[in-house]
Amino acid sequence: MSEMKAIRDAYGEGLAELGASYENLYVLDADLAKATKTITFKNAYPDRFIDCGIAEGNMMGVAAGMASCGKLVFASSFAMFAAGRAYEQVRNSIAYPHLNVKVIGTHAGLTVGEDGATHQCLEDLALMRAIPGMIVLSPSDATQMKAVLRFAAQYDGPMYIRASRPPVPVVYQEGSLTYTLGQSYRLAEGDFITLMFTGPFHTLAAEIRALLLGIGLKCRIVDMPSVKPLDEVAIRLAAEETGCIVTIEDHNIYGGFGSAVCETVAGMALPSSSGPRVLRIGVEDQFGKSGTPAELLKAYGFEAGAVAQRILKAVCPEKLSMLS
Amino acid sequence: MNTKEFANEMRKLILSSLFHAKSGHPGGSLSCTDLLAVLYNEEMRVFPSSPKAVDRDRFVLSKGHAAPALYAALALKGYFPKENMNCLRKLDSGLEGHPSMKCTPGVDMSTGSLGQGISAACGMALAGKKSGDSYRVYSVLGDGELEEGQVWEAMMLAAHYRLDNLCVFVDFNGLQVDGPVAEVLSPVPIGEKMKAFGLHVIEIDGHDLDQIRSALAEARQTKGQPTVIVAHTIKGRGVSYMENQVSWHGAAPNAEQYEQGMKEVEANV
Repeated sequence: MSEMKAIRDAYGEGLAELGASYENLYVLDADLAKATKTITFKNAYPDRFIDCGIAEGNMMGVAAGMASCGKLVFASSFAMFAAGRAYEQVRNSIAYPHLNVKVIGTHAGLTVGEDGATHQCLEDLALMRAIPGMIVLSPSDATQMKAVLRFAAQYDGPMYIRASRPPVPVVYQEGSLTYTLGQSYRLAEGDFITLMFTGPFHTLAAEIRALLLGIGLKCRIVDMPSVKPLDEVAIRLAAEETGCIVTIEDHNIYGGFGSAVCETVAGMALPSSSGPRVLRIGVEDQFGKSGTPAELLKAYGFEAGAVAQRILKAVCPEKLSMLS
Repeated sequence: MNTKEFANEMRKLILSSLFHAKSGHPGGSLSCTDLLAVLYNEEMRVFPSSPKAVDRDRFVLSKGHAAPALYAALALKGYFPKENMNCLRKLDSGLEGHPSMKCTPGVDMSTGSLGQGISAACGMALAGKKSGDSYRVYSVLGDGELEEGQVWEAMMLAAHYRLDNLCVFVDFNGLQVDGPVAEVLSPVPIGEKMKAFGLHVIEIDGHDLDQIRSALAEARQTKGQPTVIVAHTIKGRGVSYMENQVSWHGAAPNAEQYEQGMKEVEANV
């Protein structure tokens, strides 16, 4: 079994690794350093860590002011408060003047777990994606988070980076992975459909692929950390070569990654097809609730058997009975 | 130009720009005019030919709707031609309805959504402290703006991090869109609240240039604490029919009103 590591842990470590190369790098948090893992940076560079207290809106404004004076600022909180509570400060104080602030929302999605709906942000991708000029990234494992952070430090402008709470498999080998803006990662070949996910869904995608392979259907798998900008080439190829794209995200199906793929596909001239172009797997316009991350994912439909059934129902219902 | 003349020229530019724009916020622009006149004509170290100079003093107009006052001060300092003022609020004129640091040279922060500018001013002051820079940061808050909770979050942070390179005016003109601040949602006692938050507080007549000067000097000498200058002002100051009239918060003068206002300001020189 592969090593397990929370993406937020990689966030803290990645910041501390960048701290040596970027003397102008400052990390802001809102009384959650132990949870967002910015504490790792704080321990390494205490003078460049600023606790703004439980005041996320103000933190985003402070971040903007610091960035206007040449600082590279990472402002962190839970996704709910970074993208949700402080939405308008991110929009007006950071994105409108295009300041060099990276907004990081950890504890995104259902996998917050036991804390329940008030802390399970299922709308952050939608909110951040709608802001002009905002880059929106959602890495899928610890290694990719660090690659994304190295990119973020070099990129001059506003960005939102999403991280989840629980440990997830480390899929990419540390040191080998790079990220360039808009990049996707094709992980498995296939012509039946394409599984496109954002966030830590390597295992789910692999399980779905194995189930369908069992009845002779080979899925492509693409890891899409870039929610904005999307890798439109990967989407075109998936649509042309595999017909249907199945998106997977720990987010409301409205407004997030799946919606973004739909928008892109809708604008493409594609060969005619009788089947669906996009099938969105996500939270179906509901709030979350308390439970373990595993229980919640299953309860909300993120389970290989359930997803495989949905795919067959939508794309080739005649084969549904073959699925054991 | 002495500062009284500078303030008068600002008032004329405010009136003419709003007359040509046919919309905007004269009342709150005229109430903070004397504050900005002292800041830009005397207090702040700025370099109009090099607006982004790293060692310049910063100014954040947290009450961004008073943009005409800021633009007037910048125009008089030579950041852009005075004639541009008559293109205020026009498409691609460089003078947006609310200040945009991407559009207008000399604007240090984009503001307009109340409560946000003051946080950015804190960030600038904090960045200066961290880098050991000597620049100072100035900001103007509206009194109605104090109803935004974010202002108090910012004040808490400013005091906590001992941002004595930050000096904040409260333009206490007593009126907001829906009526007197005392009736809408009273922020008073402003000075006592700011003191309780750990700020050094000075109360002045915000139209008395000497009082503004001495308050700024006191702020510069105050160590370990940010300073808040509660400036008692008159909304619409300098134009008789606008003074203390809530209806002039967000309305432009017509031709006749414009002429009268210009005459009154001229007579004050």
